Amino acid sequence: MAQARTAAGGSKPQKKQPQTTQTSRTLARRETLSAYLFLLPSLFFFISFVVVPMFICVFYSFTEYGLGGVKGFAGLDNYIKLFKDPVFHRGFLNTLLIVVVAVPTVTAFSLWVASAIYKMHAVTRSFFRCVFYLPVVTGSVAITVVWKWILHPYNGILNQVAGTTGFDWLGTQSTAIWFIILILFTTSIGQPIVLYVAALGNVDNSLVEAAEVDGGTKLQVFWKIKWPQMMPTTLYILVITTINSFQCFALIQLLTKGGPLNSTMTIMYQVYDTAYRLNDLGYANAIGVVLALIIAIFSALQFKIAKTD
Amino acid sequence: MNKTDLSGTSKGYKIFSLVVLILLTVFFLFPLYWIVTGSFKDVIEINARQPIWFPQNSTVDNYLRLFEHPAMLWMFNIVFISAAAMILTCLTASLAGYALAKKRFYGRAVLFTIIICAMALPKQVIVIPLLQEMTAIHMNDSLWAVILPTVGWPFGVFLMKQFAENIPNEILEAARMDGAGELKTFITVVFPMIKPGIGALAIFTFVNTWNDYFLQLVMLSSEAHWTLPLAIANLQGEMSSDFGLIMAGAALASIPIVVVFLMFQKYFTSGITMGAVKG
Repeated sequence: MAQARTAAGGSKPQKKQPQTTQTSRTLARRETLSAYLFLLPSLFFFISFVVVPMFICVFYSFTEYGLGGVKGFAGLDNYIKLFKDPVFHRGFLNTLLIVVVAVPTVTAFSLWVASAIYKMHAVTRSFFRCVFYLPVVTGSVAITVVWKWILHPYNGILNQVAGTTGFDWLGTQSTAIWFIILILFTTSIGQPIVLYVAALGNVDNSLVEAAEVDGGTKLQVFWKIKWPQMMPTTLYILVITTINSFQCFALIQLLTKGGPLNSTMTIMYQVYDTAYRLNDLGYANAIGVVLALIIAIFSALQFKIAKTD
Repeated sequence: MNKTDLSGTSKGYKIFSLVVLILLTVFFLFPLYWIVTGSFKDVIEINARQPIWFPQNSTVDNYLRLFEHPAMLWMFNIVFISAAAMILTCLTASLAGYALAKKRFYGRAVLFTIIICAMALPKQVIVIPLLQEMTAIHMNDSLWAVILPTVGWPFGVFLMKQFAENIPNEILEAARMDGAGELKTFITVVFPMIKPGIGALAIFTFVNTWNDYFLQLVMLSSEAHWTLPLAIANLQGEMSSDFGLIMAGAALASIPIVVVFLMFQKYFTSGITMGAVKG
């Protein structure tokens, strides 16, 4: 069928154009058709379960949609509500705090660990790599429930060791978010370390040697030669850590549910909370759309800053 | 924070960083240690008001109580979901990744941009329509409601594209000259060359699906369809102070996946690294 179609489509220009263009065009069409056949199974899932829901989500964000289904078109009401909503303001600031604290610490820390281990013996290196990756693999639920126990006011090991009996770390406004950030940190540095170890191993050694011959110090060699070469890796780490921090969900759902008094509320958690506890689906979708936009802006900014550097 | 590397730096600094690394190792492994030892502690030790670093009266009581719930079924559910998502993702993503990397077709650049953008999109944003979609196709509260959206996630396509780009064009050209069809080229030439990539994607998908608490929470409501991680989270909500039972569940939910990770660590590392190159 493919050949029949290309032959029919190509019959007209054949007279004007040289034979070579004709064959290359036929080839290009065949290539396009076969490419889409290869893409078909994947596109089916991608379009059905990512792209279509995304459009529906944008549509719902402009409707009034509660338990009984869509009640009507709401225009920009949901978005206007968002700008006046103190919970959203709190969630926005908390999300910003998590990102601004977690992303630089994760990046700097993983760079330090990677540079400390990348020249070690292969066995030691993969041991340390494993250690830092294990909290990622163990899974957010298992890690979260054990932290809940560690931080428990009476049965928790932290209070027992610190001698602060009865202190509720997760129930206190000033400490809850810092523990969320700490646990997020332990589950985030595994991947950046693996990436930095690989990147340090790929640094062009002839440049490093040349600089050392010229009397460059270790610190100079690092910042002037290795750091610029690792820039793509750093950029990738910044982007994935940012996305990761925005998406932190299990921690909040299982430890604090956004409390106490919204002190650990994030935009992400508000989407869930608005949809499934408050059943305000139109509004939840609007928050979701804004969250997606914020993540897009953050990622674009990071790309821009890294490119101009 | 000092950002030099260790080579040739002073001995003092080397010792300092080793000490820091060891302290960090203890800190990072402690939650795991606490899960495993906690799962063998009896009620008195769990609720003790002073630290009990190692269970004195080891008991399997927590596990016995866990199996009074349908824990085996929950285990089966999570293994089934992770394995099905893994197989489907590897199949679809390796085909698509190869096409994106090696074929010059109309719409390629646009498609690739859409895929990159979609990777940054949090699943939580689209979950409301997704749940409705599942209801519409009568798959809500079924294991497939978790599997299908996982397969749709475009990270796999992106990763396989990175791997397929390393296939030399000459080899594909040679296969074409020999008159091999598209599918035959894929199976006999492309597949063997992207095998390590498929290994990486397989292990990655398996672990990530296993740990995707959010999707399981939203999609699976009846107890018979719960997964082990979801069940532990739910049990924790119901009986928040029965930490022995919860640790037994956490151990059961995480140890298989940790073993899988340790066995296929090599693939994991290459998968993570490939995602970043030319990203």
